[in-house]
Amino acid sequence: MSTIKIRSKRFAAYTLVRTLIAHPMETGHNKNDATGELIPAHFIQTLTFKHNGKVLSQCQMGYGVSKNPFFSFKIKSAKAGDKVSISWQDNLAYSDTLEHIIP
Amino acid sequence: MKSPFLIFYLFINLIISSSLTWASPEQDRKQILTFYQQIFPELQLAGYAHGVYAIDADAKNSWQAIEEFPPYEFALEEGKELFNRPFNNGARYADCFPNKGIAIAQNYPYWGEQKQTIITLAGAINDCRLQNQASALPYAKGEITKLLAYMAFTSRGQLINTIIPEHSQQALNAYKQGKDYFYQRRGQLNFSCASCHVDNAGKFIRSEILSPALGHTTHWPAYRLNTGEMGTLHRRFMACNKLIRAPIDMAQSPALRQLEFFLSYMANGLPLNGPSTRK
Amino acid sequence: MLTTRRRFVKKMLALSGYALGLGFSKISLANWIADNFSRQTFSQSITQLFPNQELQKSDRISLKLPRTAENGSVVPITISSTIPDVDTIYILSEKNPVPLIAQFSIDPDLETYLGARFKMQETCDVIVVLKAKDQYYQTRQKVKVTLGGCGG
Repeated sequence: MSTIKIRSKRFAAYTLVRTLIAHPMETGHNKNDATGELIPAHFIQTLTFKHNGKVLSQCQMGYGVSKNPFFSFKIKSAKAGDKVSISWQDNLAYSDTLEHIIP
Repeated sequence: MKSPFLIFYLFINLIISSSLTWASPEQDRKQILTFYQQIFPELQLAGYAHGVYAIDADAKNSWQAIEEFPPYEFALEEGKELFNRPFNNGARYADCFPNKGIAIAQNYPYWGEQKQTIITLAGAINDCRLQNQASALPYAKGEITKLLAYMAFTSRGQLINTIIPEHSQQALNAYKQGKDYFYQRRGQLNFSCASCHVDNAGKFIRSEILSPALGHTTHWPAYRLNTGEMGTLHRRFMACNKLIRAPIDMAQSPALRQLEFFLSYMANGLPLNGPSTRK
Repeated sequence: MLTTRRRFVKKMLALSGYALGLGFSKISLANWIADNFSRQTFSQSITQLFPNQELQKSDRISLKLPRTAENGSVVPITISSTIPDVDTIYILSEKNPVPLIAQFSIDPDLETYLGARFKMQETCDVIVVLKAKDQYYQTRQKVKVTLGGCGG
């Protein structure tokens, strides 16, 4: 199962693209209640949003972004059948990417 | 403008009747509905399914923004997969439930004649597992919340249908025990469920608005923002008891199943809307 | 399971691809990330991100934020603006230990619009800065963050 979900909706003036990503976005300052140990920092640092292969947004983020991050964008003009993709990489070098076809 | 005297009168009425053993469940339900309608005159019955979001506009906007793409989507997706995965012996959850387990959550909890106890959906899931040589799942969080999320999702919009069989004195007793639990003060803070969710529904406790008890069972399991995890109704009951510094009854214990039975009966006719997100 | 060294190499390779796309060298992106996402005060963060820049207050940036955050760990924000040629959006939370939440580049094919969810440590202003060519614009909005009564 991908860590990324993408949904899109075409309106007259724009196409709304929303993404939800399964990621702990752990700050590194929280303690494990059971063991008392610090939970290591584990958070997405970079994210790329593409439309038909072209980068429309690149994001640098810190652990201030919420767990299970959500982002939404509006593409000025997109058509049914266009591809969008979301890719992320985190501080532990894990990454994931997902492509979505606009219905 | 609602009269404080009228509300006081209705509340006293509610408290008195809660201690009278011969008020019927239907009378209880109508009485509590009348009580809440006085406090929240603009709120339609179905609106109670949204809990505090029906009475706190700022929180509702925030909640709706999150519901645009809710964090429980992952649990829901996994839940569907888990639900459809066969047990080692080849049987499936669908074989244990009416209608193959789809759109049935509104009929839980129910009085189980054979076992002479209240059957909740979570309990029924584990019954199914045990019947098929799979181990029981913990009741507060984890895998069971994913299965519950999927079953709640297929039941969205179904109206709560809690039945107390007429011929069963035991079922009625179980209902009454649930009702007593709801109105019973306990713990260091000497609160009952009613202290907050009836007497002070719509008022602030520190910085938060207290939700009415009506509709408490509609939106579970819930993705809790404060834990970043899915949790069950019973997990919330446990947390509530902990917060009022009362002894904690365990998830799916008889006391909490009776409480759920009572609350669910009070919410008869409300639409289910789980899984959901809560703070 | 990758060893630490392999994981480091993998990360640097991935970052370099990402960095080159942005016009950074891989080392300078890593430095940028380290500098701007470290614990510091809001004014330090602003000085570092926008050295010698005037952040003009603008009423052409609209923020949708709750008045009171139900839970400080998930505050939903929607940003939109009528300012033309915006190429970067910055989101900051004034009293967070790391004030910079995120920075997004915005291609001309995108509306100046962004939705996100972020963490707030305590009641403070949320500041959004937009860069349009060589001009910077800002707006801010207060969000209350409470410890809560019985949310648990």
